[in-house]
Amino acid sequence: MTEPLLAIRGVKSFYGNIMALKGIDLHVNEGEIVTLIGANGAGKSTLMMTIFGTPQAREGAVIFDGRNITRLPPHEIAKLRIAQSPEGRRIFSRMTVLENLQMGAAIADPKYFADDLARICELFPRLEKRMNQRGGTLSGGEQQMLAIGRALMSRPRLILLDEPSLGLAPLLAKQIFAAIRVLNERDRLTVFLVEQNAFRALKLAHRGYVIVNGLITLAGSGAELLQRPEIRAAYLEAGRH
Amino acid sequence: MSPSPSVQDNSANTLGISVLAAALKEAALAALVALGLFFFLIGIKTDQGPTGALVIMPRFEALAMIVGAVFTGSFLRALIAGNKSIMSRVELPAWIVPKLQWAGRFMGAAFLVFALALPFLFFNNRYVLDLGILVLTYVMLGWGLNIVVGLAGLLDLGYVAFYAVGAYSYALLAQNFGLSFWIGLPLAGILAAFWGVLLGFPVLRLRGDYLAIVTLGFGEIIRLVLLNWRDLTGGPNGISGIPRPSFFGLPFDESANGFAATFGLEFTPTHRLVFLFYLILALALVTNWVTLRLRRLPIGRAWEALREDEIACRALGINTTNTKLTAFAIGAMFGGFSGAFFATRQSFISPESFNFGESALVLAIVVLGGMGSQLGVAIAALAMIGGFELFRGFEQYRMLLFGATMVIIMIWRPRGLIATRTPSLLLAAGKAKSASSNRDGDGR
Repeated sequence: MTEPLLAIRGVKSFYGNIMALKGIDLHVNEGEIVTLIGANGAGKSTLMMTIFGTPQAREGAVIFDGRNITRLPPHEIAKLRIAQSPEGRRIFSRMTVLENLQMGAAIADPKYFADDLARICELFPRLEKRMNQRGGTLSGGEQQMLAIGRALMSRPRLILLDEPSLGLAPLLAKQIFAAIRVLNERDRLTVFLVEQNAFRALKLAHRGYVIVNGLITLAGSGAELLQRPEIRAAYLEAGRH
Repeated sequence: MSPSPSVQDNSANTLGISVLAAALKEAALAALVALGLFFFLIGIKTDQGPTGALVIMPRFEALAMIVGAVFTGSFLRALIAGNKSIMSRVELPAWIVPKLQWAGRFMGAAFLVFALALPFLFFNNRYVLDLGILVLTYVMLGWGLNIVVGLAGLLDLGYVAFYAVGAYSYALLAQNFGLSFWIGLPLAGILAAFWGVLLGFPVLRLRGDYLAIVTLGFGEIIRLVLLNWRDLTGGPNGISGIPRPSFFGLPFDESANGFAATFGLEFTPTHRLVFLFYLILALALVTNWVTLRLRRLPIGRAWEALREDEIACRALGINTTNTKLTAFAIGAMFGGFSGAFFATRQSFISPESFNFGESALVLAIVVLGGMGSQLGVAIAALAMIGGFELFRGFEQYRMLLFGATMVIIMIWRPRGLIATRTPSLLLAAGKAKSASSNRDGDGR
């Protein structure tokens, strides 16, 4: 079996003395969409942040492309071409859409800027009309598109998306997920997706993991997990679709 | 079913009464607060009694007047504004906005032309020239701090420390090593930048209030060191006899090889003043130019992104450590330049000139002007320093007016006089919608 692009081995993370991740093992192969689902406070975002080095894992290792990145500072991790669309979108609200995208390209070679910009406009046509508008004036869905577009501007090999459907109307969430699929199928982009919207995420993903209280409790292909009765009970029937 | 006229009438009537009642209630509350607040401040005072001991004298008439004024003012405000909060932004009428924008475009240029012409217009008016130099010094300090506070969003309450470092650096270098102003100036800037980095390191992890407290402490430490290190800094006596700047080697004096004699002019001390005026104008313009340039470079964009969201910056691979340190260093460098200028202009410095009040004043200029706006900071410096001078006659009420103006501006323009942020990069016109939606206020 080939080496996975991202491997997380026995990672434990702490906030002060509180253990948020209690030994996580998972991997993402090149070209895959892998999703991590779980309830609020299960440790989804913490894992995402741990991959990015804030906080750093206290035990275990994060391996990217065969290289141990556990102790690297975030800006070094980003230079290995891992991009992150953090929780809550976190776009620069007083800067224009174009400036936001420019910030996304901060570590990319400037010669690709025009091409990448065109690619993102094609993926999210709504952004193109708003290029000179301040980020804070965009709608929630547009802000999410901008957050993903901004992450893409760094030409990543792996993109980490933290709850891209959070707070979006179902139709917009659908558009976002469709765009993720396009990125994966057309550009062969590897995606690690953290979601509460388990149904959509599992439908989209090749494989999925379920995190409960800082531990992975279930793993399997997306379709497989969708059929599991415990998933249906915990995340689908009781939650939103 | 449409309501009958009488019902409508009735409801309007009750509405009027409820507004009146609410206004009365609010006014009464404000008056109560004022009563509590001013009872000890105004209601009583200590005086010398018949036996020479201190006695407490009531001043209830004055107290009643103040409370009455508060009641009336608050009542009228509540009546006029109704339920609208006093905090709501004053919306300018639609027709005036494009005109203001049009005027704003030429305002910077107009200021510049005026500044360039000022020494000619007021050649014989020492007072105006001195005031102009003072205002420009604060414009420069404001622009320097604007890099740290306005662009990078790092609240720095100790900016005066770098001003002091610059002033003392130049003064000591000139006195001990005989360095001229033109060598001392860059050295003062470099040393101040060095201290900026030194301050930056311990506060890398701090934000907002915590950062403000540490920088405040830093400013005080520098001042206290200057005050107590007598061997080096002369302690409270300061340093005097700091060399004046020369015009490319030509001193501004009556000697045969002085500036006036060389150019065949009649000697007047005003020449030096005019030279100092253009010097600080040039220094300030350099500050402005560098800031505007940096905003278009990756480091300047990173500053602004850092101000907006540090976590997002890290996610995008920006080295936040370097970004913060460069902001501190470059901001401090311009503080150091203005410090060196201050030293050479005064030819005497002492720790007294570098107290917290200066930091607060410069910060007030930046905040009032609108964080990040170059023009706004210049206007605020002019208004604050010029305003101070204007009200010199009403010495007693100056601080009162000053405070009231600040409160009013912050209520009506909570993000400063010029809150609009000019994008550093725009998509070519026609391809995208105009930037008209770039106005201030995103509800934060």
